[in-house]
Amino acid sequence: MTSTEHLLEVKHLSTRFYTEDGVVYAVNDISYTLDEGDTLGVVGESGCGKSVHALSIMRLIPTPPGKIVGGEIYFRGRDLLKLSDEGMRKVRGAEIAMIFQDPMTSLNPVKTVGFQIMEALMLHEGMDKARARARTIELLNLVGIPEAAQRVDDYPHQFSGGMRQRAMIAMGLSCNPSLLIADEPTTALDVTIQAQIVDLVKRLQEKLGMAVIWITHDLGVVARLARRVNVMYAGRIIESGPVKEIYGNPHHPYTVGLLGSLPSHGTRAAARLFSIPGEPPDLIGLLPGCAFAPRCHYQVPRCLQETPPLEEISPGHVVACWEKDKVRRV
Amino acid sequence: MAEALRTEAKKEVLLRVEGLKKYFPIKRGLLQRHVGDVKAVDDVSFNVYRGETLGLVGESGCGKTTTGRTIIRIYEPTAGQVIFKGQDLAKLRPNEMREMRRSMQMIFQDPYASLNPRMSVLNIVGEPLEVYHLANKEERRERVATLLQLVGLNPDFMTRYPHEFSGGQRQRIGLARSLALNPELIICDEPISALDVSIQAQVVNLLEDLQEELGLTYIFIAHDLSMVRHISDRVAVMYLGKIVELTDRDSLYANPLHPYTQALLSAIPVPDPVIEETRQRIILEGDLPSPAHPPKGCNFSTRCPQVRDICEQEEPAFIEVAPGHYCACHFVKPMA
Repeated sequence: MTSTEHLLEVKHLSTRFYTEDGVVYAVNDISYTLDEGDTLGVVGESGCGKSVHALSIMRLIPTPPGKIVGGEIYFRGRDLLKLSDEGMRKVRGAEIAMIFQDPMTSLNPVKTVGFQIMEALMLHEGMDKARARARTIELLNLVGIPEAAQRVDDYPHQFSGGMRQRAMIAMGLSCNPSLLIADEPTTALDVTIQAQIVDLVKRLQEKLGMAVIWITHDLGVVARLARRVNVMYAGRIIESGPVKEIYGNPHHPYTVGLLGSLPSHGTRAAARLFSIPGEPPDLIGLLPGCAFAPRCHYQVPRCLQETPPLEEISPGHVVACWEKDKVRRV
Repeated sequence: MAEALRTEAKKEVLLRVEGLKKYFPIKRGLLQRHVGDVKAVDDVSFNVYRGETLGLVGESGCGKTTTGRTIIRIYEPTAGQVIFKGQDLAKLRPNEMREMRRSMQMIFQDPYASLNPRMSVLNIVGEPLEVYHLANKEERRERVATLLQLVGLNPDFMTRYPHEFSGGQRQRIGLARSLALNPELIICDEPISALDVSIQAQVVNLLEDLQEELGLTYIFIAHDLSMVRHISDRVAVMYLGKIVELTDRDSLYANPLHPYTQALLSAIPVPDPVIEETRQRIILEGDLPSPAHPPKGCNFSTRCPQVRDICEQEEPAFIEVAPGHYCACHFVKPMA
């Protein structure tokens, strides 16, 4: 398989942070591919490296203390890690756009919402002011901002949380990117607003045909949105596959535990919740073996010595666990 | 039938909230003229029975946290009664209230902000005992050790400071502190929202174990409806300062009557892609109105998919439409 067949191909990506307390192994040797128009969900708990992996693709890792120490990121056949800063600036926003968790801190409070969207259009698409403004209003309409022609001159604080996130999405879409990376875009929002945003992204994706990487800790959102899922733990992908496979037939003890710790959604009230004992590891210093082993009740001595590789258990479904054949749903 | 009567007789009202209001004044100008009110809690009534968990759900700004805080008189109520074990808390003098607070405790959302970083775990958990002069130094140490064990922490950790613990462990410390005075009622204000999924289940299981062991009563405030469903016996749904629906857990989730409850339940994504593929959702338009300028008539009328003229004119009454099932909507009629 050559690199040009996929929209995005991440190969052996590793990112570390060199801090006073030691080296943080944030992302460790992750590889996956994403096709045009596809939707990938990346799930995991705080500190599992899901956001750092996305920032690595965008080359937005603050250096120092952070550094991409290895790997390749092919986007349409070009290795993003080999591009010049200038070359990368042309990709960012224009071909790959990213939206963030907190729309308040990612918008500039002293510039109007309209100006911030126009800025990208004038920079990347070379539009003049009048055309950029018209396109901005069009975009705000597209993402469902009411009275867009008036609201374009509002400042971010005049928007509600949901509207700010819509404005961020409008900004992300402004240059018709072929990949949108959404980093927990609905975590700060209420459920009814979250439903609006998820729905919006789904509709826009169908309309515009872009690929989406949706990063979240919410397994419900992923079930609704994604076609494939990467489950991350301690900087690694520990299970990956089609969404129905992951939810219906999970084979990594962590994925199984995570799904089991959610309250049941059937009509019957759930009994006691399954809980994974212990806490996620901190990523300073890298211990040998599987990072989940200390919390895992399938643990065998080998788990503490050797890191399990991702192995295919059914078409497209890979799991990194030495005891994967014994793992059962809870 | 006999079974139903028995459970009915067992129900003792521990807390009764009647017409509770909390308005925060909006003041403007040099003279701080009173120009309006944020109606954070606007005429809320409900009972909490001994030994049960009442879930209080709603989106941000719906007044659920303010309700909890007003019950315990962190905020002074604007109007209404809070009757705890037969006494109206709103009328108690400060020192009487202090005595009463021994039986009602609160745990908070942010496990980082709710513990003093300069105090050791021993002092944090033991402080309530000191405030009420309940133990000498030796007894205090013993009691703290017991409490830490109760919440699943190693008693040897009592000399440590909050920064040495993870979020889940800090939430356990907060819980140990709230248990120090043997309370009867604990108001849990979003106790798991700041925690990771795998840790949430640990804390919820702990809350359930403690309830069983110590006979505690909980008011569980949260925006996560699936967790509220798991832990609660009854659930009250709030919208813009009012309770729109209140009933037992199973009827609420199986048969939600208020259009807002229906929309809220349908908005929660279900962690099952097979269900999600075919599930129809009610997507609400627009945002929550400001509680400083609530709409005329029904508070939900600006976003309700079933809105009619009367909704924009008259406020619907909060009525019992089926035994124990309360709802405030013009189009939900009592079942004969």
